[in-house]
Amino acid sequence: MRVKSSILGMALLATAATMGAPVPAAAQDSNYVPLFTYRTGPFSGSGIYIAEGMHDYLEMLNQRDGGIGGVKIAIEECETGYDTKKGLECYEAVKGKKPVVVNPWSTGITLPLIPRAAVDKVPVLSMAYGLSASAIGDTFPWIFNPPATYWDGMSMILSYIGTKEGGLDKLKGKTLGFIYLDAGYGKEPIPLLEQLAKDYGFTLKLYPVPATEMQNQSSQWLNVRRDKPDHMVMYGWGAMQPTAVKEAAKVNYPMDKFISIWWINEDDVGSAGPASKGLKSLNFHAVGDNFPAVQDIKKYVTDKNLTQTDKSHLGKVLYNRGVYNSMLIAEGIRNAQKLTGKKVITGEDMRRGLETLNVSEARLKEIGLAGFSGPVKLSCADHNGHFSTFMQEWDGTKWAKVSGDIKPMADKVSPLLTAAAKDYIDKNGNWPKRTEACDKAS
Amino acid sequence: MFYREAGQFKTTYQADQAVFPILQDRVGLALILIGAFVLIPLVASDFFLSVVMIPLLILALASIGLNILTGYTGLLSLGTGGFMGVGAFACYKLTTLFPGVNIVIWILVSGFFSTALGILFGLPSLRIKGFYLTVATLAAQFFLDWSFIRIQWLTNYNTSGAIEVPTRTLFSFPVTGPNATPQFRYLVILAVVTLLTWFASNLVHGRIGRMWMAVRDMDLAAELIGIPLYRTKLLAFAISSYYCGVAGALMVFFWYGSAEPGVFNIDQSFTILFMVIIGGLGSLTGSFFGAALIYGLPIMMKAVLHGLGINILPATVEHLTFMTVGALIVLVLIVEPLGLARLWQITKQKLRVWPFPY
Repeated sequence: MRVKSSILGMALLATAATMGAPVPAAAQDSNYVPLFTYRTGPFSGSGIYIAEGMHDYLEMLNQRDGGIGGVKIAIEECETGYDTKKGLECYEAVKGKKPVVVNPWSTGITLPLIPRAAVDKVPVLSMAYGLSASAIGDTFPWIFNPPATYWDGMSMILSYIGTKEGGLDKLKGKTLGFIYLDAGYGKEPIPLLEQLAKDYGFTLKLYPVPATEMQNQSSQWLNVRRDKPDHMVMYGWGAMQPTAVKEAAKVNYPMDKFISIWWINEDDVGSAGPASKGLKSLNFHAVGDNFPAVQDIKKYVTDKNLTQTDKSHLGKVLYNRGVYNSMLIAEGIRNAQKLTGKKVITGEDMRRGLETLNVSEARLKEIGLAGFSGPVKLSCADHNGHFSTFMQEWDGTKWAKVSGDIKPMADKVSPLLTAAAKDYIDKNGNWPKRTEACDKAS
Repeated sequence: MFYREAGQFKTTYQADQAVFPILQDRVGLALILIGAFVLIPLVASDFFLSVVMIPLLILALASIGLNILTGYTGLLSLGTGGFMGVGAFACYKLTTLFPGVNIVIWILVSGFFSTALGILFGLPSLRIKGFYLTVATLAAQFFLDWSFIRIQWLTNYNTSGAIEVPTRTLFSFPVTGPNATPQFRYLVILAVVTLLTWFASNLVHGRIGRMWMAVRDMDLAAELIGIPLYRTKLLAFAISSYYCGVAGALMVFFWYGSAEPGVFNIDQSFTILFMVIIGGLGSLTGSFFGAALIYGLPIMMKAVLHGLGINILPATVEHLTFMTVGALIVLVLIVEPLGLARLWQITKQKLRVWPFPY
């Protein structure tokens, strides 16, 4: 009985604590940046790298420069476990503390935040994921998804294959296999692929992988062996990626014909051992730690044990992706400060800052990331930029850049984008018209 | 001392058979209802309402649904997530096809679509029992899960394969969508959950509930005393699915605001099943307790750790809550295998004789 009553007592106490727990207010002299991360759960294999990269770059700015524009960045991580429920919980928890921007890091969490962003005045930075149509800034003034959408990604993979074959017209009569996660994300490029298949005369073979069957792809790859596609493209995530690489190796699919979108990491490819040599993946930023900014992370953060980061993670592809994400946040804050003249900015200021974001080559050099990525310039109409990416190849131990800049096929992608944005508005009935003024780029 | 029925004389059979025969229980229930309807919306923060109370009520409603099937009728089901999804997608289709009709009506109507599918997948329940029936409901879960991903008509051909909740109003206040205040959403959910719980309470205490329990305790004996097995089991499937469907629609429209099909996967079914088992099989109060323990406890633990000012990383907190909740579940099941509802009952019995237990 004593145990039972103490359980009841504890439950009561905890309830009281939750109801009374005050939301800790962010200090007035800092810019509050919550980071939604997933270091736990089934996707933590990717999430840990991303979380570390995001956190360490901002922490480095705090340590080295005392924040941005003389104001510290209040960094707070919130664990989502890649779960929509917990992501919304995180959002509700941070909302009251006036965040300048949120990074949902999951399409499932991004979608419910899209309508709320304008109401709560919190911009959403869904970097190269989320809703592709949110690239249209006139419809979605609060959502930003640079540097490229999944449709851009697919068109870039296609043009890379085109150059390999000696021209897109050479694709005629070829077969292209598309293996994808059978969810919104993986299915998104299919309309584009069907369009391109018609335009260039190649045959399209689809191999959907259900989310529950990510680690069992033998049937899909048996079909691949039967169909013998000339090229394979993968839109995978989590456990699906290492499994696909292993299965491809098992059916002896030529790895140099196997191209993935930008989410595959070293661990995924490495899982198949030396057999995965030659696999290609799209990327929009460099790998490796050979950049002054990343070296500064080493000097100011990891060497001083101000983070949990495993030192060997620095420079890995998804770590650098986190750095890239934080670089966009930092530059957005800096731009907003310049635009408004305020040191401590609000979500509204950040929205203006991101909208007129202009990270030029010179600016990248200034912040110690020369050659890390291409310049990023956004505008009121275009919240994505549709920037070029490049192809990288796995040489057995690391990624190596194997192509120049590949441009997305704007003529093929933009009609889809406009249609999708229009569709979103139609379905949402009274979607608010953009009332936010458009700033001149500073 | 205070909680005893001495002096409360029942002069009619009706009073004697009441669900709450003791005056103190009725007063307590009234206090809880007043607290839930008046006090909580007035004092609780937006965070508490939208992160703790709203999910808790919705999950409790789903637990009641599963409890009717598993706890009262003894048919173990793993299709809860799927049936919740049917409600959500039905509500989405209805409100986009007929935007003029009030959303609360559609929420309540969407449950009937779940009912239809529940009956369909309940059909094998006469021929197969126990684990085999569980497997049949598992098939329902997988089939429905598959449909949500594959049948694009359900999401109105949305490119991201998700449903996005449009803004709807009730008494000209927004009740869904980004402009709806947590207070208003909470009150609407509370009203729906209270109404349906009251209905369920009347069902399980009446003739139908007794039929369900007879089937649960021994179906052969139940058949011999004249209970039509097939109809009783199907009725349980139908009503259970109705509750799950309404809970699913509430979940997407009043809590998430948009949903990918993955929300209604098998994990959702298991979560609800755990709530039912921990809360207490065959108890409506238990459904609320179970939802509070499984869903609320991790949030409370985070708040407590945060409130104490302990500076640990959020990922560590996550691991800690996983371990503690797991341990607590095992502990509760060892200390009281019949669930929290039984614990509550024991407490009430002890209270009745307190402070002189002899």
